[in-house]
Amino acid sequence: MKMIVAVIQPHRQDDVRSALNSIGVHGMTVTEVQGYGRQGGHKEIYRGAEYDVHFVPKTKIEIVVSDKLETDAVEAIATASKTGKIGDGKIFVYDASRALRIRTGEEGEDAL
Amino acid sequence: MKIKSRSIWSWGLTSFLLFFIAINPAHAESKLSAGDTAWILTSTALVLFMTLPGLALFYGGLVRSRNVLSVLMHCFAIACLASVAWLVVVYSLAFSDGGGLNSYIGGLSKAFLTGVTTESLSGSIPETVFFMFQMTFAIITPALIVGAFPERIKFSAVLLFSMLWLVVVYAPACHWVWGGGWLSDLGVMDFAGGIVVHVTAGVSALVLAVVLGRRRGFPSDIRPPHNPGMTVAGACMLWVGWFGFNAGSALAADGNAGMAMVVTHISAAVASLTWAFIEWIKFGKPSVVGIVTGTIAGLASITPASGFVGPIGAVVIGVVAGVVCQWFATWIRTTCKIDDSLDVFAVHGVGGIIGTLLVAVFASESFGGLGLAEGATIGSQMLVQITGIVTVAILSGIATWIIAKIVLGFTGLRVSEEEEIDGLDISAHGERGYDLS
Repeated sequence: MKMIVAVIQPHRQDDVRSALNSIGVHGMTVTEVQGYGRQGGHKEIYRGAEYDVHFVPKTKIEIVVSDKLETDAVEAIATASKTGKIGDGKIFVYDASRALRIRTGEEGEDAL
Repeated sequence: MKIKSRSIWSWGLTSFLLFFIAINPAHAESKLSAGDTAWILTSTALVLFMTLPGLALFYGGLVRSRNVLSVLMHCFAIACLASVAWLVVVYSLAFSDGGGLNSYIGGLSKAFLTGVTTESLSGSIPETVFFMFQMTFAIITPALIVGAFPERIKFSAVLLFSMLWLVVVYAPACHWVWGGGWLSDLGVMDFAGGIVVHVTAGVSALVLAVVLGRRRGFPSDIRPPHNPGMTVAGACMLWVGWFGFNAGSALAADGNAGMAMVVTHISAAVASLTWAFIEWIKFGKPSVVGIVTGTIAGLASITPASGFVGPIGAVVIGVVAGVVCQWFATWIRTTCKIDDSLDVFAVHGVGGIIGTLLVAVFASESFGGLGLAEGATIGSQMLVQITGIVTVAILSGIATWIIAKIVLGFTGLRVSEEEEIDGLDISAHGERGYDLS
């Protein structure tokens, strides 16, 4: 099993969800986060004063999929969240060693 | 026959009344008007609503989220404190007769509203209503200064400063202009508080911001307003409340009040658009914080002029407010490097000065106004207006500096750096504005 963590533009969240849904990934955890990469924050102007906003709002998506779905899932997220502009975000893949569905006690890929 | 006797009776009564009025000209004026009383009761509620919650929300949205409660608390506590101070001594100092010193300050004869009963009249309204209406002005004026010192001042300093300030700055300034003092003798025109409210608060805010010092990280590393929507809600309440502030200052439900409401509204609308358009041209985007700041600048600017100018004057005052107040906001922050955090001087002080100067021009009938006082010309009135602004600004500036130093000695002015970083909500009040768990 693989855990995929994607930090994306907040406005791409719905597209990513439907793309994942269409390849059979039914479930995800979404967090509103703040951060920066190469984009390095942005400026906002209030009453003529420039404010440096270092941490830009992003959406973090966490999913766990079977090994055979990994490539498709990463591909789906990358396609759906890409705008081509700086600040599109990143995708990380980890090995997930165990999964357990709390209600039934199922383990492994059955729990996904 | 019966009819005839009745008409004789009514003729007799009428001539008796006419005779009485003739020997006592004050009698006709000092009659209670239910209409006037009803409108001033309403206006009183509107002006209190400007501070609570209007101004509190307006300011609350402009600070960072960890200080939102402290700003609401400042406005609320000042409202309570000013109410008590007004009853104890400030009303009397502002509006009672000061005897030999009457040119400069009122007396103590009406401390605790001594001698004021339900029968006492002030013009055509009960004195209790006049007392309450004016109290709401004494509440919002020190509350305006809150914008100079958020995110870093000690709560005890807010209370002590505001209390002393009401006695030393507000009471005399109010007496000079509205309470029969020397500026009123000179014929200064300040319909609803351009000098009494906005110049005093604006200048005092600037001086206090200097004495208190800048926020940590100012100007490059300051967080933007945490909730512009809250600021918009507050500005809307201020706008509506301002109808009571200006049209209520006619102290009557009449045509003067009606025209004051017209010009108040027009100036606010024009200044809002002006501010937003300038931002649009300068920065590429018209901001919501900008448009509502323009609203407040337009309202503050029309305040001294509201009962004297016509709609054309209101349009011009609105445009000037939108341009000049915005320029000052940037200038104070970037050139002077003064952390008057929420632009009290630029919006209220400068706005009040704009209106107080322009009323001399636009009150003139040739510019569509309701007319200058008999014998006054635009030039002579302008000199009186400048005298009013300069003297009240000097009083506000010097007294604020002294009060700030006194407060510094007694309670201290600033919180520690650690408390400033943690935010005043937790460090001063033990609460959090937003529990996001």
